Amino acid sequence: MSDKAGITDAGSSGDHGHEGNLKTYVLGLIFSIVLTIIPFGMVMLGGFGMVPTVIVLAITAVLQVLVQLIMFLHMNTKSGEGWNMASFAFAVMVVGIVIVGSLWIMFHLNHFMMMSS
Amino acid sequence: MTSQTMDHQNAHHADDHEHDHHQETIATKYLGFWIYLMSDCVLFGTLFATYVVLMNSTAGGPGGSEIFELGFVLIETFLLLFSSFTYGVAVLAMHRGNKSQVLLWLVITFLLGFGFVSMEIYEFAHLIHEGYGPDRSAFLSSFFTLVGTHGLHVSFGLLWMLVLIFQVARKGLTQANEPRIMCLSLFWHFLDVIWICVFTVVYLLGVLQ
Repeated sequence: MSDKAGITDAGSSGDHGHEGNLKTYVLGLIFSIVLTIIPFGMVMLGGFGMVPTVIVLAITAVLQVLVQLIMFLHMNTKSGEGWNMASFAFAVMVVGIVIVGSLWIMFHLNHFMMMSS
Repeated sequence: MTSQTMDHQNAHHADDHEHDHHQETIATKYLGFWIYLMSDCVLFGTLFATYVVLMNSTAGGPGGSEIFELGFVLIETFLLLFSSFTYGVAVLAMHRGNKSQVLLWLVITFLLGFGFVSMEIYEFAHLIHEGYGPDRSAFLSSFFTLVGTHGLHVSFGLLWMLVLIFQVARKGLTQANEPRIMCLSLFWHFLDVIWICVFTVVYLLGVLQ
């Protein structure tokens, strides 16, 4: 019995500030709702112009992903002796190369195809 | 299983030694699961890249602005956001060792997730019924693949949650069940992160065009 209690305890206090508390979750929820409503409202109302709207969409999306990663997933530089962050950075790099590279190549391909036809 | 045999072998060792070993096993489990999530992240990255490349290839069919209903998708988004929150509350209850609260919040999370998947299936069925299935254009193929893969992940998450609800109900918050709840928590929040990207890139940008 004492064994089980010890482990539960270590699970929550061993990595303190890592597991979060109700306040963090409520804040995270409020931030996510606001960061969903802003881009949604902008697109629904329209008339803000294409470029400003896309910029706001990108900023709110990145902010919301950060809110989720920090407040819900409790990511920090220390978890797993830094391996969590290292693997995350690697995944982000691979995804970045795949997306930017694909767009770059396909845009040029389309461009040159049009030139020849 | 392994930790149990280990516990027996080291029965004469000090309690804290066992404790450290158990903690270490759990930490390794979380890291392994995290690395799986990162590989899943790369999978979704390739699907997003495909979608972005093909999003204007409508082959004379409808574009995003003609078929997406943003209000509907907003409700889906809120279902998933709230389910992420309620799962967090379940994890907090787990740390307090409150079994009935854990079960209550897991069931609420399950219902929210089930609502999300049901709405998505309805959306897909509606599109296919209208003749805008994945065979209509490259844009729709990539749309169904990306959003469908996410929906499949959520469905598997729901199945996992159902199994966990039964396990916790039967055996309680045991040493075996707690890491499972934590791994599903990572999975569930991760799917929320992916959905934010889907909502922004597919739906909001799609309607904007």
